[in-house]
Amino acid sequence: MSENISKIIKEVCEANNKDRTRLMDIVEAIQESVGCVSSDAMNLIAEEIGCHRVEVESVISFYAFLSKRPKGKVAIRLCNDSVDKMKGADEIAKAFEKELGIEVGQTTSDGKITLENTPCIGMCDQAPAALLNQVVAPSLTVEKVKAIVAGLQKDTDPSKISLGLGDGNNADSLVGSAVNNNIIKKGDVIFADNESGTGLKKAITLSPEEVVDMVKISNLRGRGGAGFPTGLKWQFTRAAQGDQKYIICNADEGEPGTFKDRVLLTEKFDLVFEGMTIAGYAIGATEGVLYLRGEYAYLRTFLEKKLKERRDASFLGKKVCGKDGFDFDIRIQMGAGAYICGEESALISSCEGLRGDPKTRPPFPAQRGYLAKPTSVNNVETFCSVTRILEKGADWFSDIGSVDSAGTKVLSISGACKNPGIYEYPFGAKIQDILKDAGAENTQAVLVGGPSGQFINPSEFSRSICFSDLATGGSMVVFDTKSDLLKVVEEYMEFFVEESCGYCTPCRAGNVLMKERLGYILAGRGEIADLAYLEDLGGTIKKASRCGLGQTSPNPILTTIKNFKPLYEKLMKKQEEGMQPSFDIKAALGDAERIAGRKSVIYTD
Amino acid sequence: MGKPKIATASLAGCFGCHMSLLDIDDRILKLVELVDFDKSPIDDIKKFSGRCLVGLIEGGCANEENVHNLKEFRKHCDILISVGDCAINGGLPAMRNVMPLKECLDEAYLNGPTVYNPEGIVPSDKELPLLLDKVYPCHHVVKIDYYLPGCPPSADTLWEALVALLNNKPLELPYELIKYD
Ligand SMILES: Cc1cc2nc3c(=O)[nH]c(=O)nc-3n(C[C@H](O)[C@H](O)[C@H](O)COP(=O)(O)O)c2cc1C
Ligand code: SF4
Ligand code: SF4
Repeated sequence: MSENISKIIKEVCEANNKDRTRLMDIVEAIQESVGCVSSDAMNLIAEEIGCHRVEVESVISFYAFLSKRPKGKVAIRLCNDSVDKMKGADEIAKAFEKELGIEVGQTTSDGKITLENTPCIGMCDQAPAALLNQVVAPSLTVEKVKAIVAGLQKDTDPSKISLGLGDGNNADSLVGSAVNNNIIKKGDVIFADNESGTGLKKAITLSPEEVVDMVKISNLRGRGGAGFPTGLKWQFTRAAQGDQKYIICNADEGEPGTFKDRVLLTEKFDLVFEGMTIAGYAIGATEGVLYLRGEYAYLRTFLEKKLKERRDASFLGKKVCGKDGFDFDIRIQMGAGAYICGEESALISSCEGLRGDPKTRPPFPAQRGYLAKPTSVNNVETFCSVTRILEKGADWFSDIGSVDSAGTKVLSISGACKNPGIYEYPFGAKIQDILKDAGAENTQAVLVGGPSGQFINPSEFSRSICFSDLATGGSMVVFDTKSDLLKVVEEYMEFFVEESCGYCTPCRAGNVLMKERLGYILAGRGEIADLAYLEDLGGTIKKASRCGLGQTSPNPILTTIKNFKPLYEKLMKKQEEGMQPSFDIKAALGDAERIAGRKSVIYTD
Repeated sequence: MGKPKIATASLAGCFGCHMSLLDIDDRILKLVELVDFDKSPIDDIKKFSGRCLVGLIEGGCANEENVHNLKEFRKHCDILISVGDCAINGGLPAMRNVMPLKECLDEAYLNGPTVYNPEGIVPSDKELPLLLDKVYPCHHVVKIDYYLPGCPPSADTLWEALVALLNNKPLELPYELIKYD
């Protein structure tokens, strides 16, 4: 390791006060300036911050955006989500391979450019898309690929490539991104006009308990997917013992097909930050953390500036809005490419500078969260709703929506429809109406809530979005009759196999077995009994997994067996009695036949 | 009605499981009162003489002949039992599964530190069955009805299992027989 790199590492550790819990910031900074965190670098970091080397290595090996071996100066990360594939991502991948003369997974011989795949980057409404380091390149075409590669070969700084500017704040000089918001339907809560600060000013006229009560009365439930009542979560966190408490905003948004938090952060950052501040006041926290997924790093500088503006306006910092004894500030924690970090306890691990492993509960974060202190983790949209509840009142909010689900839900709609983008509906909106608004035709299936949610068929399109019917974190992917649905299911299973943290055997090994069996079925080597096997194994995985990932990962298969059984049955052939159709003797003998240069005399064609 | 028939085979195994069967000692006399042995290395009968009640399989499938044999057993036996870790998991032979077949053969016949093979010949007589790309447990190739784990399962385990099966009784194995450390 060169002197220069040692110097950089020491400086980075110094800048982070050699704080072990800030290991993510340390290794992300080193990855960015040096291009990798080598074995020697790990030793030095461990020495500097006083931990074991293996602790550093466990972090580097866990996150997709960190690497031990050097990558190219630019990492081109192609989104290989199913929606991107529907929109031609395979063709884009080929174009990149052709222009660069390398395959996905390789680095050009001059060490300049690495090409790799990455799961959903939150750009499904402008797919196919890719990341060029932190720069997002949406709506890719073969022409654009050529221009991008030519540009990068001249200068490896991707921000110099002209990709155009998107709508709204995407065109702000601090964002400078070609990403579009595509806000198509504005509702009364999130995308209505509001004046920054009103909700917060209202909050501080109340006691913290009154704020908690107000959120309880509003019937607000978490927007991140699980739908836990927000007021109750705050009540627990407020009541928990702790000299320090924390608010965390979950902006990890990794569920394939979800991109609404990206748009909320771009346009409604004030609602988000204000909601966090109100939460801080309500539970008695002085510090908030916005956990921003690595894929959205392009928003970071912009958001930092917005935080500064709020500090200058006395909405953050010491004595918020002049209120004695109420100090609250927010810092941004960057993720580094791990879907599991959206799970709240894994997110906390990540903030603490650890691998993004979920923690065993109880204790719940409300009792023992970030740095072992009581912590409330809430979704971006949840915080937006909170701000509006304080501004307009609990009753105003609970009157919107359906009986058991108050307020509105922001949906990210993508896939086979004319108008992919962001839609805000009052809870209770019916799938068929939503599909009409989105311009979806010949719809075969809708994936509600992402792969961890459910695939529904047209006979269910009269169902509605709400907690008692179709609960969703906001992802809605439309598949028309052209889609090979079971192929898509296989891709989503691959996603879960990749993203499992590996702690629980049912999740780590079970998902592999599910995907393998589905593969046999797709190859025409399945039998009807396989469906019972898949349901049984899927049930075990759901029951025996520690966190929400394993508890939902079999859903793509289970919900298609339930709602699209004929697709499976069509692939089943009559199989030989007593034999395992999945076993392919010709394939198993292929290697030996090649090596021996003769054909099997037992198993002739 | 004659006695039910039993058949056994050793595929990619070490014969240890068969040895364990012989380890039932004098109970083998009782066994032959209960059953007739059909195709089996124990009596050296090479071909099935008819339908069998039980087939005991030792070892997984490492080559095409194993597969052929196992399928024959499935066709002739009402109940097929995977006996021992090799049949159930692939066992020791499956250690080669982590490397491609070519590398495995090269190491065994060309590059291994103790290999003396000046002509560099990798055996490939057409009498030799072709190897599979990896070693498969039996239930990946045919349907298996029961599994008797152990390396090998002890004589008592095999005995208890057979007696229970032949008398149509539930199998109750004491803890000592299914404890492996
Ligand atoms: C695998 C997994 C990924 C998740 N990803 C997110 C996410 O990206 N954003 C989010 O807000 N919640 C996500 N959640 C849910 C969080 O664990 C947590 O319930 C949520 O952040 C709580 O906020 P809420 O009560 O406001 O919904 C995820 C859960 C799991 C199991
Ligand atoms: S369920 Fe899966 S992702 Fe969650 S803790 Fe277990 S192994 Fe990790
Ligand atoms: S299970 Fe053990 S005893 Fe039986 S064949 Fe395999 S190695 Fe030999």
